[in-house]
Amino acid sequence: MHLTLEFGGGLELLLEKSIKMHKVDVQPIDGQEKVMMKGLLSWVKSNLIKERPEMFLKGDSVRPGVLVLINDCDWELCGGLDAELEEKDVVVFISTLHGVL
Amino acid sequence: MEAMAGELARLRAEREELDRRIRLLESQLEATPRSSASPAGEAIGGGGGGIGAAACPIRRRGNGFSAADGLPADMIYRYSRHLLLPDFGVEGQRKLSGSSILVVGAGGLGSPVALYLAACGVGCLGIVDGDDVELNNLHRQIIHKEAYVGLSKVKSAADACREINSSIKVVEHHHTLKPCNALEIVRNYDIVVDATDNLPTRYMISDCCVLLNKPLVSGAALGLEGQLTVYHHNGSPCYRCLFPNPPPVAACQRCSDSGVLGVVPGVIGCLQALEAIKVATDVGEPLSGRMLLFDALSARIRIVKIRGSSSVCTVCGENSAFTQDDFQEFDYENFTQSPMSDKSAPSLDLLPESDRITCKEYKRLVDNGEPHLLLDVRPAHHFQITSVSQSLNIPLSELEEKLQILETSLKETMNTSTLDKVPPLFVVCRRGNDSQLAVQLLREKGFLSAKDIIGGLQSWARDVDHDFPVY
Repeated sequence: MHLTLEFGGGLELLLEKSIKMHKVDVQPIDGQEKVMMKGLLSWVKSNLIKERPEMFLKGDSVRPGVLVLINDCDWELCGGLDAELEEKDVVVFISTLHGVL
Repeated sequence: MEAMAGELARLRAEREELDRRIRLLESQLEATPRSSASPAGEAIGGGGGGIGAAACPIRRRGNGFSAADGLPADMIYRYSRHLLLPDFGVEGQRKLSGSSILVVGAGGLGSPVALYLAACGVGCLGIVDGDDVELNNLHRQIIHKEAYVGLSKVKSAADACREINSSIKVVEHHHTLKPCNALEIVRNYDIVVDATDNLPTRYMISDCCVLLNKPLVSGAALGLEGQLTVYHHNGSPCYRCLFPNPPPVAACQRCSDSGVLGVVPGVIGCLQALEAIKVATDVGEPLSGRMLLFDALSARIRIVKIRGSSSVCTVCGENSAFTQDDFQEFDYENFTQSPMSDKSAPSLDLLPESDRITCKEYKRLVDNGEPHLLLDVRPAHHFQITSVSQSLNIPLSELEEKLQILETSLKETMNTSTLDKVPPLFVVCRRGNDSQLAVQLLREKGFLSAKDIIGGLQSWARDVDHDFPVY
């Protein structure tokens, strides 16, 4: 399944060469028909995250302070970890900024 | 140096005197009854006076010629381009001039917010900040001028706003917003703009706005990215609905560590001013329940839909038991494990005293010509800004994989000296935190001569070489 993954707010620093956008091909976990968010998170951890995985995941979900957006919509509105992904979906992981005065 | 300091003191005294005369004239003018012109802006709570500023009464007198429900002639001319907007018009301008908005933070975000809100004719504009203007603020905090370096940000920002628009009321709050004063200050305003720079303050402002039921226009900018949303308005979430748990400390980047391109907070600040105006006038669709994500580098703006307010939120939820008393007692710094000021970087204390030396001790050792190696573990782009001569740069993040280079350099140092053992290895960074982590790592890897230089280059500039550039 072809997905576009984007990382922002500093999360890109955890990836190789800090590249923000990744076009990827992810297969469902054995026995499942579709790729679920839960499966995507572990795929990202094993395939894209190069350092400090604890800055991306906590337990089986993202760490506090990370917003996940599926096709520009908060994943909380789409089922969270159980959200099913479709071909060509865009998933954005963004860390909140606290910013600058 | 001395001559400059003297000149500076003389100019400051001259300015004080001018300010005094201006205040005198202003108060005389204020005391004189007038028919049409509106009062000049005034400072309340200046110089550490009462924080509450009582209220934010909006004084605007109509003039005899305008229709009963029309705008006074001076306002019609000043805001004519607003009035010509069909969607905004007289009604919008009237609501704006009747509204009071509090800007928390007079920095990179707060600068354009305050300037635009003053210019557009908000009735009462409050500005809160406890900091002074510093030279390294000016590249992004465009409300402040060089002449104000060393003076209060609030005073600087308020003066700039009054220069632009003397017909609005500008209230100065010379304090850092804290749980003990926030309720009293925020209470006086209709809308709050969060233009701050740190996590505990963001939670605090959000909680305060929920308790007092005020819409919160929240913006953030860092590096080359910005974010913006309107919390607690039209069913939108509060900060805690979105982020019930604070992120780990290591994930909190701050601009004094990470840098920021000046115009990025400028863009976000302008959008915050826009959202505040929309909320104040009830014109258009505010960014509530949505979040704007700005990526300056790729020139992309994404607007995403976010969750609504959570019924189980500990602060704004249905069964919330969070009271104003709880708020005043709440320890936001402990909750987020991070400080409310951008300046006080958390300082580590990892090493025994025997593994550390002070900058002055290090200087003495250099002066005595003692053979050693100085390792600078800052990122390469920091090293390019400035460095101590004859230091070797291996960034902390690459240290483990580049131990071989270090090994070689140590051998070279040993060979060019009369030493028969491994020469001392001193490790330095910007503030003295990363260098401790590096020494810890190096000692684990067998570099037993590694020692940390306490306080890093910041201490070096302060205690040893006063001409060493600080950044």
